Amino acid sequence: MAGAVESHDRRDDHALVTALRGGDEQTFAALVDGWSGWMIRLARGHVPTASVAEEVVQETWLAVLEGLDRFRGEASLRTWVYRILVNQAKRHGIRERRSVPFASLTDDDAGPTVDPERFQGPDEPYPGGWRQFPQDWPEQVALTREVRTVVTTALGELPDRQRVVVALRDLDGHTADEVCDLLDISAGNQRVLLHRGRAVVRAHLERYFAISPARSGVTT
Amino acid sequence: MTCEEFVELVTAYLDGTLPEDQRRAFEEHMELCPGCDRYLAQYRTTIDLLGELPEDSLSSPGRERLLDAFAQWRRTTGTDRA
Repeated sequence: MAGAVESHDRRDDHALVTALRGGDEQTFAALVDGWSGWMIRLARGHVPTASVAEEVVQETWLAVLEGLDRFRGEASLRTWVYRILVNQAKRHGIRERRSVPFASLTDDDAGPTVDPERFQGPDEPYPGGWRQFPQDWPEQVALTREVRTVVTTALGELPDRQRVVVALRDLDGHTADEVCDLLDISAGNQRVLLHRGRAVVRAHLERYFAISPARSGVTT
Repeated sequence: MTCEEFVELVTAYLDGTLPEDQRRAFEEHMELCPGCDRYLAQYRTTIDLLGELPEDSLSSPGRERLLDAFAQWRRTTGTDRA
């Protein structure tokens, strides 16, 4: 998991900002290396291509430098950078598909995360119980190139808000609290988006293992 | 707790946000139900695989440009910034 993203408290923020204001290039390089990954992923939620996302991240860092004197530490440094990022992304013209505010859930996020057909109905012996248990997966699942493609594709097909939350939590290793803070969403909504996104990725993997058990990424 | 309910509580369980009585019911169900036990294991595997995806990063020219910009910014801080 992304070790580059560490939790910072406000004292760390103060030290970072002081170092940056003092012109410490190492601190700047470490921040750029540590944070650009999640920034690119977040930017991708707002702009159509990877190269535009990189541009947005570049411009964000420049805006961070220009605005550093205005940083008062009311929000965490990360949240402050994130807000600048969103503004830069908007200036780049958000894709036509209007982005939905994070605070509200949509139909995409409602309903069961596992197909209700997999569970017994009210007239069957065990209502709400599995009709058939999920099929076994290989003992050891390795991230082979094929498995990686399955996971990446699944992630790419998620609605933006689910993808961003899954990426922040599971790819970048942010905590639930940090994600709520970054996206300004409630703990409940964070969990709904995360749970649904992960369940969809699991379902993709399930289909993949069912179709190709022989090539299922078993480490030999 | 039914299996259909169980699968919706997995993330809350893993985050440790289930109320005590629900957590107990969840764990009891898991011990009795091989299907849900397996579902939970697969869910964890999914999270692990997501965590192993390579991180996005800036291109090296992009990174260089930023470091240059920082050096430039530093040079102007002494004079232009009040």
